[in-house]
Amino acid sequence: MRWESWSQFWDMGGYGLYVWGSMGVTAVFILLEIWQARQAYLSALALARTEVQEPS
Amino acid sequence: MAIRWFYYAAPPTFYALAARLWPWLAMLAAALGVAGLWIGFALAPTDAQQGEGYRIIFVHVPASWMSMVIYLAMAFWSVLGLTFNTRLSGMMTRALAPTGAMFAFLSLWTGALWGKPMWGTWWVWDARLTSELILFFLYLGYMALTSAIDDVRRADRAGALIAIVGAINVPIIYFSVKWWNTLHQGASVSLTRSPSMAQLMLWGMLLMALSFWAYTLAIVCYRVRSLIIERERHTEWVQALPEVSGVKA
Repeated sequence: MRWESWSQFWDMGGYGLYVWGSMGVTAVFILLEIWQARQAYLSALALARTEVQEPS
Repeated sequence: MAIRWFYYAAPPTFYALAARLWPWLAMLAAALGVAGLWIGFALAPTDAQQGEGYRIIFVHVPASWMSMVIYLAMAFWSVLGLTFNTRLSGMMTRALAPTGAMFAFLSLWTGALWGKPMWGTWWVWDARLTSELILFFLYLGYMALTSAIDDVRRADRAGALIAIVGAINVPIIYFSVKWWNTLHQGASVSLTRSPSMAQLMLWGMLLMALSFWAYTLAIVCYRVRSLIIERERHTEWVQALPEVSGVKA
């Protein structure tokens, strides 16, 4: 390990804001995209189910 | 051995294939991501010039690569779609676009956060940054256009034109650092010469790139299923799916 303490790790040699600002926003976007894809899948299934009841 | 391309290009078979693939790809993405971040943040040495600030590279470069690769993949599917008029092509192009837009945005965002401490500015209108911004707008334009046209097959064809014409921008982004004087540094990794990076830095970056690849394949497999269900919801095979009918097959 290159870090002696957590505070040193978070500080990133003074570049903490930039490094964690990059990593954090990337993580948030990926999580949001996964959530959005899940919602889209559920609503597509719900839409398909409404077709089931209609007479063909 | 010949792969039966058209067999897999049929939405029912591709749906089943994507459903089987995405969990493995997602696990692969997570494993590669953990390994890449571990190497990048626990093992890779401090940079002689940039101190710890260079560690932004572990998302910046992979995100930038993916933003270009995804656009080329969209152009590829668009060519197939216009040539063979296959149903799947437009759905694949649409499934790729949001992820490509996300990576283009992240490339710009992490680039700004890297530019500020190293160059002293969040943004400059130079060739590399401007062409990447154009790529981001191309993604937004593609999504806006395809969602504005109600007839999905017409929307797919219109979108395919944006995807194909806009692909010209990708080599411009890639070679911009060679063709023009720019503030952005040249490529750190190239096929023709050894990388100008410490081994561990390089490995961390490559693992993160592979992780983003696997993530993209996973989310596209996942998302294309929603598009297939939505478009083919009137068909018997969709109605017979256990996740739609509620009846276990």
